Amino acid sequence: MTTGTVGYRPDSGPDDVLEVMLLEPKIPTRMGDGALVEMTRSEIKADLEEGTQIAAKKAKVAELTQDELDHLLDIYASPARFAAVDIGDEVVLSNDGTGTKYVGSVGADLQTYEQVVGVDIVELWQTDYSYKAVKTNVHHEAQWMKMAQLLVTNPVQYGAMPDLGRYSAPDGPFPNWSELLPLGKIDEARRSQEEAAAVLVDDIEFVADHLVAAGADGIDMDTTGAAGDCDFLAALEACERLRAKYPDLGIEIGMAGEFVIGMHGQVTHRGTRLAGLWPKAQLELVQQAGASIFGPCVNINTGKSTAWNIARAITIIKPCMEIAEIPIHVNVGMGVGGVPTCAYPPADATSRAAKAFVEILRIDGY
Amino acid sequence: MEGAHAHAAGMGGYRTAGDLVARMQMARRMRLGEAKRYVADKLGCSVRDLSDPVAMETIRVDHGLGTLACTSAVHPAEPGMIEAKFNISELLDVPINSVARFKDRVGLQR
Repeated sequence: MTTGTVGYRPDSGPDDVLEVMLLEPKIPTRMGDGALVEMTRSEIKADLEEGTQIAAKKAKVAELTQDELDHLLDIYASPARFAAVDIGDEVVLSNDGTGTKYVGSVGADLQTYEQVVGVDIVELWQTDYSYKAVKTNVHHEAQWMKMAQLLVTNPVQYGAMPDLGRYSAPDGPFPNWSELLPLGKIDEARRSQEEAAAVLVDDIEFVADHLVAAGADGIDMDTTGAAGDCDFLAALEACERLRAKYPDLGIEIGMAGEFVIGMHGQVTHRGTRLAGLWPKAQLELVQQAGASIFGPCVNINTGKSTAWNIARAITIIKPCMEIAEIPIHVNVGMGVGGVPTCAYPPADATSRAAKAFVEILRIDGY
Repeated sequence: MEGAHAHAAGMGGYRTAGDLVARMQMARRMRLGEAKRYVADKLGCSVRDLSDPVAMETIRVDHGLGTLACTSAVHPAEPGMIEAKFNISELLDVPINSVARFKDRVGLQR
């Protein structure tokens, strides 16, 4: 409640003035799980402030400035069904997941995203989004890449996850470190991850070699770090190998979460311990490894509003932009980057997240 | 979701010059502003033209960079897909993997 005002009883005379309190108008907005709720401007403002404060404390970075919070409030305290950047401020969309059989065939899917949706980079992939799984089917994937290059004018990259967990028993050949760790077998768990990571690097290179031979414009290592620090290590080492072989290849490394989980805890890359790295430190390594594009990622808290989540995400990613030498394509999809965790992300929430990242951080794409 | 993103903040792909700017990010690791300026200079247009589908239709036809298939029906003799990528590679002075392999496999020197 905010505003004091005057009113009249229906049965009152013109001189009988009453003091009443009006409720602050409610604005439709979204929770992190996509639920449509109503909040006041003051409540949204409070969530933005709390989101940036929590992010700053966790990631040990600066809170957003008052101007940035005011800008976010303008974007999120609006009942508009859609939000968009100004004409001329558009960015490159490197959509993952644009080339499988959603529309009927891989080729039709890629063409649809290119011609109907209008994205800037399309990505060939298969539903078992893992380099280990793709390796067994790589000739079919490479054949589709070859056909795609004849069907599509857009750059076509190939995408999958490093997905180190696939290499642990019972799915893979190495002892399962998630089972070893609770038993206190720390050294065995670490050794298993190191050996698995070495094989993963070989597999990413194997798959990439086939896709590049078929004409791929780029290789995307998506959801990197999902299995922890050795997962990230494998992506960095694969990136270095590919850059040495293919100087003009697009190489995108997109992350799985805001910080690298220390499943190993001690593994390093070029002297830097990987466990616990936040986006700015992740970017430094990704740049050194020779990647073309980096995709920082901040996951959604489904119990908080999208305003809370976007303030948290932008606060964590902002330090990246200060040192970026390569394009930054933030992950702004289902459950990350301020977009709700749900199967059908609403356009009101999706477009607000896009506008916020572009206008506050001046990202290069997403 | 992808549709919302494309409308909210996307360059427009090859309806505009989004694919060209993307190529400079991928192959040359250019940040967005540098990539946009580079492509605009090569096309002889303004940066704002790059995400304007009306301006870019004419510019793409003029340079043989390919347009949407529905537009190609109106201009059936214009380059499309792999043909357009030959011209994109030359105009932007950036190697395109599929074009290089096409030339190699058919023994084409250009």
